[in-house]
Amino acid sequence: MSLRRPAKNQPEIFEFSSSSLEEANKVVSKYPKGKQQSAVMALLYIAQKQNDNWIPLVAMKYIAKFLDMPYIKVYEVATFYTMYNLSPVGKYFVQVCTTTPCMIRGADKLVEACKEKISDKENELSNDKSCSWMEVECLGACVNAPMMQINDDYYEDLDKEKTVEIFDKILKGEDPKPGSYRGRLNTEPENNRKTLMDVKNA
Amino acid sequence: MLKDQDRIFKNLYNDMGADVKSAQTRGDWVHTSELIAKGRDWIINEVKDSQLRGRGGAGFPTGLKWSFAPKEVGSRPHYLVINADESEPGTCKDRDILRFEPHKLIEGCLIASYAVQAHVCYIYIRGEYFIEGQKLQSAIDEAYEKNLIGKNAAGTGWDLDIYIHYGAGAYICGEETALLESIEGKKGQPRLKPPFPALIGLYGCPTIINNVETIAVVPTILRRGGKWFSSLGREKNTGTKIFCISGNVNNPCNVEEEMNISLKKLIEVHAGGVVGGWENLLAVIPGGSSMPLIPKEKCETLTMDFDSLMAEKSGLGTAGIVVINKDQDIIKCMARIARFYKHESCGQCTPCREGSGWMWRMLERMAKGEATKDEVDMLSDVTNQIAGHTICAFGEGSSWPVQGLLRHFKKEIEERNNLDPIVQKKNNIPYLVDQHLLDKKNA
Repeated sequence: MSLRRPAKNQPEIFEFSSSSLEEANKVVSKYPKGKQQSAVMALLYIAQKQNDNWIPLVAMKYIAKFLDMPYIKVYEVATFYTMYNLSPVGKYFVQVCTTTPCMIRGADKLVEACKEKISDKENELSNDKSCSWMEVECLGACVNAPMMQINDDYYEDLDKEKTVEIFDKILKGEDPKPGSYRGRLNTEPENNRKTLMDVKNA
Repeated sequence: MLKDQDRIFKNLYNDMGADVKSAQTRGDWVHTSELIAKGRDWIINEVKDSQLRGRGGAGFPTGLKWSFAPKEVGSRPHYLVINADESEPGTCKDRDILRFEPHKLIEGCLIASYAVQAHVCYIYIRGEYFIEGQKLQSAIDEAYEKNLIGKNAAGTGWDLDIYIHYGAGAYICGEETALLESIEGKKGQPRLKPPFPALIGLYGCPTIINNVETIAVVPTILRRGGKWFSSLGREKNTGTKIFCISGNVNNPCNVEEEMNISLKKLIEVHAGGVVGGWENLLAVIPGGSSMPLIPKEKCETLTMDFDSLMAEKSGLGTAGIVVINKDQDIIKCMARIARFYKHESCGQCTPCREGSGWMWRMLERMAKGEATKDEVDMLSDVTNQIAGHTICAFGEGSSWPVQGLLRHFKKEIEERNNLDPIVQKKNNIPYLVDQHLLDKKNA
C-alpha cells in the first residue's frame, strides 16, 4: 500500500462550476438508477481538474452530498486510488515510471534530470511553482521505455538529454510534443520491421 | 513467422488510421448482423471451437466463460465488462488496441453482449490511459452516429450501450472482482469467490468480464471460422497473440505472432536480438512481472504458450516479455518488482499487505549484500506464506517472481550475502550464550 496524506492547508469552500456540473450530471446518467455512487471516481476527476489538479477535503464532502453517499466512502476512494492528488502539484505534473522494464533501460537518468531541473525532492514544486515530479509504478508503455507522463500525455523512448530538453520547454511554458522521442512509429520495432510491410509501404 | 494475412490486428502500429472508415476497409463491421443472425449458440460454439483462451493472464477458455451466463434473463439485467486496466509491468498490448483498433473492440463488445444477453457494456480503462480512452470514446461516438451501436445496433435488433469507466491508478483493479467494486464506486478490493461474477457480479447481476484482446479477436474468429483460429498455434493454445518485448533488446516492440512461437525467434527476429548478443542474456520474464523468470539455458528452446510455460513453472500471463541481460543486477531488478507489489497491494489481506513489504525490504538488503545467510530461506518461507493465503491471485502474483529468483539465482544471492548471524555460539564469549548450555557441556 502507499502512504497518502491530505494537504495541511485546506480551502474552506468548494463547488462545481457550471461546466463541471454539466459534466458530472452526464457521468451520473451512465449508471443505472440508484447506482449513482458509481460516478464517484469520475466526479473526483472532475473536481481535481477544476481545482488545479488536486482534491481538497471540502470537494470530497461536496461530492458525497452530490451523490447522496457517506463522506467517509468518498474519502476512502480518494485515498485508495493514487491518481487523486490530495495536495497541490505543479501545473505541469511529471510522473516518471521507474518499474523494472523502464529501470533496466535507464529510468534513473530521467529521475536525475527531474532532480536537476525541477526540484531535489519528489512532490515538491519547482522554483517558479509551475512543475512538480514524482516516481510512479508501471504506466503501461513498457516497449517505449524509459518514459514519463506529463499531465495526460506520454513521452516515450527518452534519455537524459531529451528529458532535459522537454523540461526546458515546459519551464518556459511551452507544450512539448508527446509520443516517441526516437522518431519511431508507436510500438513498431525501430528500423527492424518485419511484419505488415505492405501496409507500411502503402 | 505468421503470414501477414493471418494477422488480426493489421493496424497495430497505426499505419492506416483508427477511424470507422479505415476500420471497415480492414473488414470490421462488415455484415455484423449476419453473424449475429446465426444465433447465440452458434457464436458460443464457434468461440469454443476456436479454443480461444482469455488474454488477460489467467487463460480461461472464453467460450466456456460465456456459457456460464444464465440462459434466461431474469429480474436482474446482464452486464458485459471489458477489462482494460492494463497495469502489469511489461505489458502494453491493450493500449495499442484501444487507440488503433477500437472498432475491433467495439464490434467484439456487440457480439459478446449479444452472446451473453447484455444490453450495457462497461469498459474499464486505467486512469493513466486518458488519451487512449479519449480515442476509444471518439470511436464509440462514431459507432453511435453510424448506428453501429445503440438502439438496433448495426441492424441486428439488439440494443447496446457502451460506457467508459476510468480507473485511477490501482493495479489491483485488473483483478475482476476488484474491478467490479471499482465500477460500483468503492475501493478496489477483491471479493471472495464464489459467488462468481457470471452469476453475481456488477450490482449483484450476472456479469461477464473479458480482457480487451480477447474481445477484439472475436469478430475475426467468427468471420474466418473457429477452425481457422484453432489451426494456428497448437492444441489448447491456439490463435495469435500480441507479444510485448521490452527490456534489454535492440528494438523493443509489440508484435502479433502465432501462439507457441519460440522465444528465441521472437527476440532475435522481431526485437533485433539481446543487447550485447544472445550470449549476454541473463534471464527472461515471460509473461508480465508476476510470472517467475526463466534463466538463459531454458530460453534456447522455450516456446511461448500457456501450457509449455506452465511446464517450466512459469506462465504466459499477458505475454509481456521482459528481457534482462548480464549488465543488469538481477536481484535489484526483482527488488524493484517487489517494490511495485508492495505499492500496489490493496491492503485487504494481511499476508499480502505485510508480506509484500517484507519481501521488498529483504530483497533491497540482499541486493546490497547486507543480509545474513539465514535470510535467504526466510525469504522463501515468506513467499510461501503469502501465496495461496489471500482472497485474490495478487498474493501469488507478488510472491511468484521472488520464488522464481530463489529457484534460479539462489547461488547469486548466497554469494553476495554471506554475513553470519551476529550471535555465535562460541565458548569463549560466554555472555552471548545461555549459561545453562555451557553448564551442560561441562557436566
